[in-house]
Amino acid sequence: MGFSFDKALGVHPQALALRLSRAELLSANLANVDTPHFQAKDIDFAAEMQHSQWQFSTSSRPQEMYRVPYQPSSDGNTVALNVEQVEFTKNAQDYQTSLAFLNMKFTGLKQAIEGK
Amino acid sequence: MAFSDIYHISGSAMTAQTIRLNTIASNLANAETGTVSEEAVYKARRPVFAAVLKNDELMDYGALTGARVQVLDVVETGNAVERYEPRSPLANARGYVYYPDINVVEEMADMMSASRNFETNVEILNNVKSMQQSLLRLGE
Repeated sequence: MGFSFDKALGVHPQALALRLSRAELLSANLANVDTPHFQAKDIDFAAEMQHSQWQFSTSSRPQEMYRVPYQPSSDGNTVALNVEQVEFTKNAQDYQTSLAFLNMKFTGLKQAIEGK
Repeated sequence: MAFSDIYHISGSAMTAQTIRLNTIASNLANAETGTVSEEAVYKARRPVFAAVLKNDELMDYGALTGARVQVLDVVETGNAVERYEPRSPLANARGYVYYPDINVVEEMADMMSASRNFETNVEILNNVKSMQQSLLRLGE
């Protein structure tokens, strides 16, 4: 009987990788909050997850999109501190959630292997 | 590995904000430094920030491009302000002393912005650190 870890773990490893990439993008936005002409970028997480479900090609890069600022600033910087901070925190929490699910999967597998 | 990239990004931002705080401290300290001539007067120092976009798309498939911050230069700006102080030992023949054109209120606001942004980046580092730590504890 075949058994695949990839199938057992579900979408969570992919979700973790994408969450981490997004954390990098958001941290770059926050780092450049005072850089003139810096334009904040983000990804559509749901769309990217759907995309990675359909095709398993590692070469497809997530599509980065520019954030639309609520209030444009005179120096061309489009980073809104509060928006980015909220997104970063949400993203970090979702990362922890995916990790928690992975942990549960591992616990389940371990119990199955030990026959408890 | 994206973790180390995030550390680099937040670290660069903290360095940039520290340089900004340094220049503000220097400006505030010298706001009342008078000189005899217009040329010798202290000029306010301002750092110029720029984003460094990572360019390793060929090596790193599927990764997003974060941008570090670099301090391009620290430029000296501002003029001298003449003040009529004939009793000052620095006064020239006409009785004027030259002071730098530094707005203390502006510098204070700038200082608060710099320290808050520094704190934001520290917060991010803490967040990412806990993300990495929980990843290391996976499966325990």
